[in-house]
Amino acid sequence: MSAIQEVVTEAPAVEAVPKRAMTLGAGTSLIVLALLIAAPLFVKNFIIFQLTMLLIYGLAVLALNILTGGSGQFSLGQSAFYAVGAYTSAILMEHAGMNYALTLPIAGVICFGFGFLFGQPALRLSGVYLALATFALATAMPQLLKLGYFEYWTGGVQGLVVDKPDAPLGLPISQDMWLYYFTLAVTIAIYIFSVNLLRSRSGRAFMAIRDNEIAASAMGIDVALYKTLAFGVSAGITGVAGGLGAIAVQFVAPDGYTIQLAISLFLGMVVGGVGWLPGSIVGSAFIIFVPNIAEGISKGLSGAVFGVLLFFVIFLVPHGARQVAMVAQQLVGKFKKN
Amino acid sequence: MELFVNQVLAGISTGAIYACMALAVVMIYQAIDHLNFAQGEMAMFSTFISWQLMQWGIPYWGAFVLTLVFSFAGGIAIERLLFKPLAKAPILTNVAGFIALYAIINSVAGLIWDFTIKQYPTPFGSSPFLGSQLISTHQAGMIGITILLLIGLFFFFQFTRMGLAMRAAASLPESARLVGINTSWMIALGWGMAAAIGAIAGMMIAPVVFLEPNMMLGVLIYGFAAAVLGGLTSPFGAVVGGFLVGIFENLVGTYIPGVGNELKLPIALALIITVLVVKPAGLFGRPIVKRV
Repeated sequence: MSAIQEVVTEAPAVEAVPKRAMTLGAGTSLIVLALLIAAPLFVKNFIIFQLTMLLIYGLAVLALNILTGGSGQFSLGQSAFYAVGAYTSAILMEHAGMNYALTLPIAGVICFGFGFLFGQPALRLSGVYLALATFALATAMPQLLKLGYFEYWTGGVQGLVVDKPDAPLGLPISQDMWLYYFTLAVTIAIYIFSVNLLRSRSGRAFMAIRDNEIAASAMGIDVALYKTLAFGVSAGITGVAGGLGAIAVQFVAPDGYTIQLAISLFLGMVVGGVGWLPGSIVGSAFIIFVPNIAEGISKGLSGAVFGVLLFFVIFLVPHGARQVAMVAQQLVGKFKKN
Repeated sequence: MELFVNQVLAGISTGAIYACMALAVVMIYQAIDHLNFAQGEMAMFSTFISWQLMQWGIPYWGAFVLTLVFSFAGGIAIERLLFKPLAKAPILTNVAGFIALYAIINSVAGLIWDFTIKQYPTPFGSSPFLGSQLISTHQAGMIGITILLLIGLFFFFQFTRMGLAMRAAASLPESARLVGINTSWMIALGWGMAAAIGAIAGMMIAPVVFLEPNMMLGVLIYGFAAAVLGGLTSPFGAVVGGFLVGIFENLVGTYIPGVGNELKLPIALALIITVLVVKPAGLFGRPIVKRV
C-alpha cells in the first residue's frame, strides 16, 4: 500500500446516485401505497404479521440507505441500533407501563443520540475502517445486553416479553391488522421525511460529502457535523424500526440482534439498490422471504443461498432493484411507442 | 504477583492466536487494501478440512501440510473467481462480497459438519511446559509456531525475489507493472498466503475453543483489534499487537471486577475504537498522507 494516496482520483466508496434517481414518481408511489393498504384485507393473520415485518425491516434498510446511499458511510452495525430501539420500547412498556405508540419517538431520540455519539469516533474512519468499527459494534451488542448490571431492566439472557396492542376505539379488526396499519402509517411518515431530508440542504450536503469530501469541505460544508448527523438520523430511524419490531414480535432477547441481522440489513440495501429509497422495501422482502424459501430446501442452507444470491446481485445487477426498475421502465416506454 | 505473571503468560499464549489471525488480516490488507471479513470463516473451514483428514486416518502433521496446500489453493481460487473482477469496483461492493463469502462458508461448513462442537487434537500435548505450571506445552507450541511464522515471512519478504515483487506490487502497483511484475498474480498470491496463515491460526486455536462453525467470530474480532493496534501496514506490528491484545484481555478480565468472559467482545470493540481514534496508523504502521 502506498503511503501517499491520490484522493481526488481515488475510486469513491459508494457510487454516486443523483438525487432525482433516489425516489419514485408520484403515480408509481400512489400505486405502491394502494397495494400496501389493500394487501392485508385478503390474507391470513400470519401473512399480515410477515407484511408488518416487511415494513419494519424496510424502515431499517431505508435508514441504512440514507447513511450509505446518502452520505457514503458504511455500517455493518445497524443491528446494534435496532437492538437499542427495541429494548428502549420494551423497557418503557414493561417497566414504565407506557403506551406503545409513545415509546417509539423516545426510542428514535435515544438511538439518534447513540448514533450521533458513535458517529464521533467514526468521523475519523472511512471506508473499510468504518465497516470494521461498526462490525465490532454489532458483534459486541448482544454481550452488552446480556450484562449482569442491567439484568433487572433488560431481563438478561431471557429478554423481555411485550404485550401486543389492541385496536383502539373498539375498531373491529384483529390485533395483527391494527399493528400493520399502525406500522404502515409510521413507515409512510418516515419515508416522506427521508425523501424530503435528501432533497433539503442537509441532503445535498450528505451527497456532496459522499461524492468528494475535500470538495465538499471546500464549498463550506461542515463535514464533521453532517457525517455525524447522517449517523444520528440513520440510527434514529433504525431505532424506531427496532421499537416497532419489538411490539410486533412481542419479545426482545439479546440473541435476536446479532451480526446476522446487521448482515441481513446490509444485504437488503445492496439488493434494493444503494441510494434508491423505494428499493428498501424490495430489499426487505428479499431478506424476509428468501431465508424461508432456502430453509424449505434445506435447513442451515439459508446462509449459503443468501451469499450466492448476493454474489449474483454484485456481478449481474450491481445497482440492485433500481437497475431492474429502470430496465422495466425503458421496456414500458418502448412498448408505448410501438 | 504470581497471579499477575500467570495472567501475562496466559495472555501471551492466547495472544499468539490473535497474532496469527492478525497476520492473515494484514497480508490481505497489504495485497488489496481491504479487510477480509470472511478471513475467520476461511480459517474455520480449513480447520474442518484438517479435522476431516484426520478422521480419515491421516496423521496430524500430514493433515497439517495437506490443509495448508488446500488453503493456499483455495485462497487463490477465491481471488481469481470472485474478487479479481471486483478489483475496480467501489469499496461497498467489495465489502458486500466479503459478507457474502462469510455467509456462504459459515453455512456450508454447518451443512457438511454440523453445528455440534468437536474435540480437536493438539500435536504438542497438554502437559505442563518444562515442569512449569504456568503454561502448557500446547500454548508454548502455539507461541513457537507464531514466532517461526513471523520469521519465515520476514525472510520471504526481505530476501526473496518473490517477496520483493509482492511488496512492490502492494506499494506502487503501476510502477511495479512497468518493471515487469505481474501485479494481478501477486494479489492472488497474497490471498493464498493469507488463507494458509489463517489455516494455521485455526488449527492452533481449535484445541482451545473446540471446533464448530462459529468458533472464529470472536477470534476474528480480536485479530482485527490486534491488526489495528499494531498497524495494518506492518506484519511485525500485527504480531506484537496480537500479544498485547491477548495480555490486555487477560489482565482486564482478572483485575477489573465484573468483566469476565461475557465482556470479551465489547473490550475488543472498545480497543479498536480507541486505537482508531487516538492513533489511526497503529503502533508500527506508517501514517497515510493524502495528496489532494
